[in-house]
Amino acid sequence: MTDATSQSGPVLAADGTPLKKSLARALRLQKTRALMLIAPLLVFVMVSFIFPIAKMLFKSVENEIVVETLPLTVAELQNWNAESGALPDEALYAAFVADMVVAIDAKRHTRLGTRLNYEHTGMSSLFRKSGRKIKKLDPAADGPFKEKLIDIDKKWGDVTTWAVIKTHSVKITNGYFLNAIDMQRTPEGAQAQPEDKRILIKLFQRTLFMSLMITVSCILLGYPVAWLLANLPARTANILMILVLLPFWTSLLVRTSAWKVMLQQQGVINEVLVWIGLVADDARLVMINNQFGTIVAMTHILLPFMILPMYSVMQTIQPTYLRAAKSMGATNWTAFWRVYFPLSVPGIGAGSILVFILAIGYYITPEIVGGTKGVFISNRIAYHISSSLNWGLAAALGTILLGVVLLLYWCYDKIVGIDNVKLG
Amino acid sequence: MAALTPISRKPMSLVLPIVAAAGGFFGLFIGTSNGSGYMGVLIGALMAVIGAVLYIFVLKNEKLGKWITIALYGALGFLFGGLAAAIVGLLYGWFIQWFSYWLYEGRYRARLLPYLTPGQVLWHYSFRVICGAIFTFLITPILVVMPLSFNAQDFFTFTPEMLRLDPAGYSLKHYQDFFTNNEWQRSFKNSLIIAPIATVISVSLGTLAAIGLSQSHVPGRRAIMAIMISPMIVPLIISATGMFFFYSDIGNWMEGTLGLNKTFVGYVKVVLAHAVLGIPFVIITVTATLVGFDRSLTRAAANMGANPVTTFFRVQMPLILPGVISGGLFAFITSFDEVVVVLFVGSASQKTLPWQMFTGLREQISPTILAVATILVGISILLLATVELLRRRSERLRGMSPT
Repeated sequence: MTDATSQSGPVLAADGTPLKKSLARALRLQKTRALMLIAPLLVFVMVSFIFPIAKMLFKSVENEIVVETLPLTVAELQNWNAESGALPDEALYAAFVADMVVAIDAKRHTRLGTRLNYEHTGMSSLFRKSGRKIKKLDPAADGPFKEKLIDIDKKWGDVTTWAVIKTHSVKITNGYFLNAIDMQRTPEGAQAQPEDKRILIKLFQRTLFMSLMITVSCILLGYPVAWLLANLPARTANILMILVLLPFWTSLLVRTSAWKVMLQQQGVINEVLVWIGLVADDARLVMINNQFGTIVAMTHILLPFMILPMYSVMQTIQPTYLRAAKSMGATNWTAFWRVYFPLSVPGIGAGSILVFILAIGYYITPEIVGGTKGVFISNRIAYHISSSLNWGLAAALGTILLGVVLLLYWCYDKIVGIDNVKLG
Repeated sequence: MAALTPISRKPMSLVLPIVAAAGGFFGLFIGTSNGSGYMGVLIGALMAVIGAVLYIFVLKNEKLGKWITIALYGALGFLFGGLAAAIVGLLYGWFIQWFSYWLYEGRYRARLLPYLTPGQVLWHYSFRVICGAIFTFLITPILVVMPLSFNAQDFFTFTPEMLRLDPAGYSLKHYQDFFTNNEWQRSFKNSLIIAPIATVISVSLGTLAAIGLSQSHVPGRRAIMAIMISPMIVPLIISATGMFFFYSDIGNWMEGTLGLNKTFVGYVKVVLAHAVLGIPFVIITVTATLVGFDRSLTRAAANMGANPVTTFFRVQMPLILPGVISGGLFAFITSFDEVVVVLFVGSASQKTLPWQMFTGLREQISPTILAVATILVGISILLLATVELLRRRSERLRGMSPT
C-alpha cells in the first residue's frame, strides 16, 4: 500500500496492469463463468418451454388459412361491400371456383370449412358438400359461375356467407379473443354472441368464484392449524407437521380418487350417514359432479400450500408480543386482532396468492369430481384442444388465463419475492 | 412452568353434566343406527353419569375403575355388534373413564398457565378440537383408501363383512390384479423409466444453474430466475398445450429426418417435457441450500491448489448434496405424478401410471386404482421420510440447531 500511494500514476496490480482494469477483467470473468453455468439450463427452458408457449399463444391471433386457401377470392372480396346487401359479381365467383379447385386438389377446403364453422354454423357442411360438385367444374371453360354455384347450394346466393368469408380473411385476427369473451367478429365490428352461446364469460366467472371459495376455505382451515403448529413445542409440532406434509407428498391422483370414493352416492360419507341414520337411504347427498365436490377436493389438495407459508411467517412472531399486549390490559380478542393478526398477514397473503394461482389453472381434479357444473376454464381449453380442435379459441382462452396468472405472480413477487419461495 | 399449576378436585355440578354430554353424544350415534336417537342419548348419558358417580363415590380406585369400564363397554359392544363393535366399546370405555377423572381431578388445568380464566381454558381445548378436526380432514382421504384397497368385493365402500372384521371381507385380489394385469404393469414400468431420466436431466442442469445463480455478480438475475421458475407458475394446461404443438413438430422431425424409432422418440419427448417441469423445484431447493454455503471454503480449496472441478466435487458438492437430493426427489415426484403433459405429449405406448389412473377414474372405475393408490401412498411416505432426514442433516451441516 505504501508503494502504491507513493506512485504518481494509477494503482497497479501485481502483474503491472492498472488495478481498475484488472478488477474489471476479474469481474467480467466471474460474470462469464456464472452465465456459462446458467446457459445450458436457460437455453433448455427457453427452447422447450418459453418458445412453445409463445408460439401457442400466437395461434390465438394467427389466421392465415383463409388467405392461403382462397388467395384470389380474398383479393376480389376487397372490391365488394358487404353492407350494400347485393351479391358479389361474377368475377368473384370465378375467382372462388379457381381457388376451390386448387384447394380441393390439395384437400384443404374441408379444413377451411371447419375454421369458418367456428364463426358461422353450417359453413363446414357447405364447403364439404359443395366441394364434391365444384371439383367437376373447370375454372377456365365452365363460366359463368354465379348461377351454377347458387344451384349447387343456395347459401352461395346468401350475402351472409360472403360476409363471413370477408370478415375472417385477415391474417391477424382478434376473432378468437372476441369469441373467448362471448363476442364475435362481424362485418359491423365486434358484437355480442347470441344469448344461448354465451358460456365462456360465465365459465371465467365460475373459475374465479370457485378459486376464491377454495382460497377462502383454505385460509379458514389453514390459519388455526398454522397457529397451532407455530406455537406448540418443536417436537410435537414436527410430529403434527407430518399430517400436513403427507397429503402434500401424496400423488394428486391418489387424493382425487380418494375424494371420488368418499363423496360418491355409494361412497364412504354417504354410507356412514345412512348407517347412523342422519340421511335416508333414498335421499343420499349429491356431493360429487358439482361445485361442492370440486371445492371440497381442491381445498384438501391445496391446503398444505396455505399452511406452509403461514407457518413459516407465524414461526417468526414472538409469543411475548401477545403476553405484552395482555399485560397492558388487552382482552384475548384485542390482543389477537390488533397484535398477532396484523403480523401474520404476510403469511396469509403469500399462501392465498399461491393457492389462488394453483387453483385457477387446475384441470385434473375438476375433470374427475366436477361433472359438468364444477369444471374450470382449463377443462374448456383441454376440450378445444383435444375434442373440438378449435385451437385458436383454446389459445385465446389460454392467453387470458396466463395473463391473469402472471399478474398474480407479479403480485406474489412484490409481496413475497420469488427468491423466497420455499418447499417443504 | 406447566407443572407448577396447582390442580384441585372439581365439584360434581361441573363434572356430571359434561360427562353426561359426552356420553349422550356417543349414544346419539349408537342410538340413530339402532332406530332411536333419543333413547341413545338418554342411555349414553345415563351410563356415563352412573359410571362417574361409581368411580368417585363407590370405587375410589382409578386403576380398577379403568379396567372395569373398559371390560364392561367392550363386552356390551361384543354382545350387540360383534368384534368391530367390541373394539369401539373398548376404546369408548377407556375414553369415558379417563375423561371423568380428567375433569374430576382438574387435570385439564395441569399443563396450562395458572391465571387463565375458565373461559380461556374452554377456548384452549375447543381450539384443539377444531385443529384436530382439520387434521382429520387432511388425513382421512388417505387413510380411507388403504383399508378399502383390501376389499374382497368390487365396491368402493366398506362392506358389512369388512366392518365386522371378517377375514372373508378382505383380500389381496386388487393387488394381484395390479401385479398381473399387463396394462397396469406397462404403465408402471413406463413411469419408472420416464421419471428417473427426467429427474437426472433436471437435477444436473438445475444444480449447475443454481450454482451459477448464486455467484455474486449475475447480470439479470431476477429475469433469469423468473424464466426458470416459470414452469411451476404457468398453469399445467397451458404448458401442456404449448408442448403439444412443439413436440409434435420435433417428433415428426426426429422420425422423418433422423429416422428414429417411433416409440423411442415418444419417450424422448415425454422425458424432456417432464425434465422442464422438474427444474423449478431443483433450482429452488438448491438455491436455498447455497444461501447457507460458506464461500470462503471454495477460496480455501483454490488457495491450496485445487482446480475448480476438484473444488466442486470435493468441497461444494458434499455440502450441498442434501439440497440437491431433496430437489431431485421433488423433481421425481413431479414427473411421477404428472398427468396433463403426458396426456398431451405422449402416445399410448408412453402411458404412465397416473395416466392409467386418470383414464381409470374417468371411464371404467376399477378398485385396482385403490390398490395402486395405497402403493403410491407408501412411496410418498418413503420420499417424505427421506426429505425430512436430509433437511435435518443439511441443517446440522450448516451449523443450525436441529429442531
